[in-house]
Amino acid sequence: MATYLIRRLLIAIPSLLAISLILFTVLALAPGDPFEELATNPNVPPEVRAALRAKFGIDDPVMVRYFRWLAAMAQGDWGFSFASRINVDSLILQRVPTTLFVVGSSQLLALAIALPVGIYAATRPYSLFDQIANTLAFVGFSLPTFFTGLLFILLFSIYLDWLPFVYRSDIAATGWRWYWEMLRQAIMPITVLGLFQAASYTRYVRSAVLDVVRLDYVTTARAKGLSEQKVTIRHVARNALIPVVTLVALQMPAVFGGAIVTEQIFRVPGIGSLLISAILSNDTPVVMAVTFVFACLVVLFNLIADLLYGWLDPRISFR
Amino acid sequence: MASPILSVSNLTTSFRVEGLWRPVVKGISFEIAPKETVAVVGESGSGKSVTALSIMRLTPPGSSKIEGSIKLSGKELLTLPEPEMRHIRGNEVAMIFQEPMTSLNPVLTIGFQIAEALILHRGLSRSEAEAETIRLLEKVRIPAAKSRFHEYPHRFSGGMRQRVMIAMALACKPKLLIADEPTTALDVTIQAQILELIKVLQEEEDMSVLFITHDMGVVAEIADRTVVMYNGQAVETGPTEDIFARPTHPYTRSLLSAVPKLGSMGGHTRPMRFPVVDRATGLSDVPTETSDTVAPASERPVLEVSGLTTRFEIRAGLLGGVKGRVHAVENVSFSLQSGETLALVGESGCGKSTTGRSVMRLIEPLSGSVLLDGEDVLKLDQRTLRDRRKRMQMIFQDPFASLNPRMNVGAAIAEPLIINGLATRSQAREKVAELLRRVGLLPDMASRFPHEFSGGQRQRICIARALAVEPRLIVADESVSALDVSVKAQVINLMLELQERMKLAYLFISHDMAVVERVSHRVAVMYLGEIVEIGPREAVFGNPQHPYTKRLLAAVPVPDPARRLEKRPVSNDEIKSPLRAPDYVPPVRQFREVSPGHAVMIWGQEWETQPAIAKVA
Repeated sequence: MATYLIRRLLIAIPSLLAISLILFTVLALAPGDPFEELATNPNVPPEVRAALRAKFGIDDPVMVRYFRWLAAMAQGDWGFSFASRINVDSLILQRVPTTLFVVGSSQLLALAIALPVGIYAATRPYSLFDQIANTLAFVGFSLPTFFTGLLFILLFSIYLDWLPFVYRSDIAATGWRWYWEMLRQAIMPITVLGLFQAASYTRYVRSAVLDVVRLDYVTTARAKGLSEQKVTIRHVARNALIPVVTLVALQMPAVFGGAIVTEQIFRVPGIGSLLISAILSNDTPVVMAVTFVFACLVVLFNLIADLLYGWLDPRISFR
Repeated sequence: MASPILSVSNLTTSFRVEGLWRPVVKGISFEIAPKETVAVVGESGSGKSVTALSIMRLTPPGSSKIEGSIKLSGKELLTLPEPEMRHIRGNEVAMIFQEPMTSLNPVLTIGFQIAEALILHRGLSRSEAEAETIRLLEKVRIPAAKSRFHEYPHRFSGGMRQRVMIAMALACKPKLLIADEPTTALDVTIQAQILELIKVLQEEEDMSVLFITHDMGVVAEIADRTVVMYNGQAVETGPTEDIFARPTHPYTRSLLSAVPKLGSMGGHTRPMRFPVVDRATGLSDVPTETSDTVAPASERPVLEVSGLTTRFEIRAGLLGGVKGRVHAVENVSFSLQSGETLALVGESGCGKSTTGRSVMRLIEPLSGSVLLDGEDVLKLDQRTLRDRRKRMQMIFQDPFASLNPRMNVGAAIAEPLIINGLATRSQAREKVAELLRRVGLLPDMASRFPHEFSGGQRQRICIARALAVEPRLIVADESVSALDVSVKAQVINLMLELQERMKLAYLFISHDMAVVERVSHRVAVMYLGEIVEIGPREAVFGNPQHPYTKRLLAAVPVPDPARRLEKRPVSNDEIKSPLRAPDYVPPVRQFREVSPGHAVMIWGQEWETQPAIAKVA
């Protein structure tokens, strides 16, 4: 187990290096850099501009800049945000917890809906419940989050005025009240993202359970005289979860991608909205850092999925 | 007869297929007396498994219905409410299934799975159930039962898992045990152990047994009475001796004639066709030996294998170092004449399939030489190898999996012709028609897809595909093992006929001793990657020398109830694994010639004392 973990972390290093190289090159090839606006600003003399460019080494070859970035990164220096005028690492640290909170809760919500609904629907295939669940799931993943998000805002914030539609990080309250306000403003983004994921997970859980239900050991369990409920929970569910875990982990990049859109709609101050504003203001160090954080999260979730896999399935041995 | 434990009358089970109720079991009636063993025998699709599931009421609810009457000790089961039925299942009637590999839940420990039934029906506490489970595991002779309680099913071999299933079934001392093909997926020596175990436990526990099987040998071995099922109906019911001695129904006769009987080939040197029985009249022809197809010894053999060795490395650890080697094939040598059948026999893991694949170079062997018409296949470059593959073709075990479901049969057979440039598309079409005719199918079947054919027909298609390039050698890897008895007989008859016509050489890989006896000229017995005995079929079967050959022959169930009383010694041995430490150096083996062409490996100490516990490799 320990050797497995060490080996997996060692394997992650070259892949993260390759990812960073590709990201850096693509960003360098993209037109525009943080000093572009200086070129059109008549107050900045050309020699100052040139001096600044030389100071930050922007005109050096891509590889030289990449290795400079890498060396700095290895020492814990994430660079400097030109737009926000603070260090990139503190900027990201401000934003990451919000994103993890929203994405994490929405995933929990998605699983809390998908597991019971998917399992129940699969034990009664083609029943009324199954057909309704299938239809709703289909509707759910056909509607993009930016649409349902706006619909929710229109309904709950504007007509009913129950929930705030702008997510604020500076709530002026303390104690329980603060938690309550945090929760209230997080409900909509979490629900929108969670329902969207729940729709596709439900269909996946359903088919995974259907695959397991017809296996021999389920018949063995029934032949033992166990009740349907016990058969489903003890013998079917855990086996059906094994492929679902892989799916959830592989969905993570898409979930973070989807979160960018949702964060933008609800003005959630997470790293998704940071990425978008950084792209708009040509803030390359921030774009680089945020995309790299996404890459690390994806690698991390894959590792977690593999560990969970081994925990759920005793046949997997970590070598 | 004492009042029966189980009495089934006029049982009809139907499944809903596209809105229509289609009966699968049609009005079956039989009774099982206390302590009696009744066998239900039939081929696939005859409804025998559905009969078993109907007794347990385990057919899918909603899409199936069970009619008639099933009485357990006089109590009607079909009208029982579901909660009471659950009390019967696992408690009064228990069941074991065919596939030990899939009938245990992979994510729960075997101890938990057995204890579950004890806690449910006998109301034991967890610790009591654990103690009882260990007692049960000992009863089914699982070594070191106590330490294996917390292990998961994947750590057990097929035979051991079937023992676990039996322990689970016996947990609540059922009155009736339903065994649905419990030994079909097991090796012969393990099958013999499990059959013996069921017999012993039945006596100890005073159970009745309903034994479902397709194997007439097993029926003769175990059943007091037999029900022969065909197409959902019981065509013949009676004491087992009567059914074997005086079968009245034509179907029973054809079934019995298709069963190869070990030891029935004494006095014959060449292979023999199976008799063909008319299903309507029950009349059969009497087959004779095939004509002499083997090329004279003066001719160069088609295939000469010498010193063939294939090993697989097991890697593990941080840097993936070699932690062990599977010595799948170890220094194997044999030769094969044109028109000859050499059978490679042995149990799972003995390396017989790997030998076949190494000869075809589908797996790269480590060393040795494989001469095909004098040319070393192992030294060829890829391009020449592809060309030479025309001369050697392979037929696999599973006819369902070895045909591409999206490719019509004609295209599948024509493909080797076209890729080898042997025919143009229009010529190929004619050739396909001719090949289909040659394997007993109709030329206009070429446009159909594999799912439209039965298992036997598919295997014929695979044979036609192999024949398309006119090979000299065919490697038949368990090619008839997955087929029903009567279909098996037909496919074997076809293979023998093709050998006579085309002088084919067969490397016939099989675990079925009775079939091997029927079809082969020579036999090689493999054990842990090595050939332990090789020689003419008559010599090896008539005068087996190596202890392993003897053990293998003794384990084969003989379809003759009169010989049942010959009690056979059954050991508790597991099949050993050819996995060795990385520094293992295989010993140099010596062979002794028993009679001309019949050689046996000189065996060591380990065979002299009957090993009680499987030696850890």
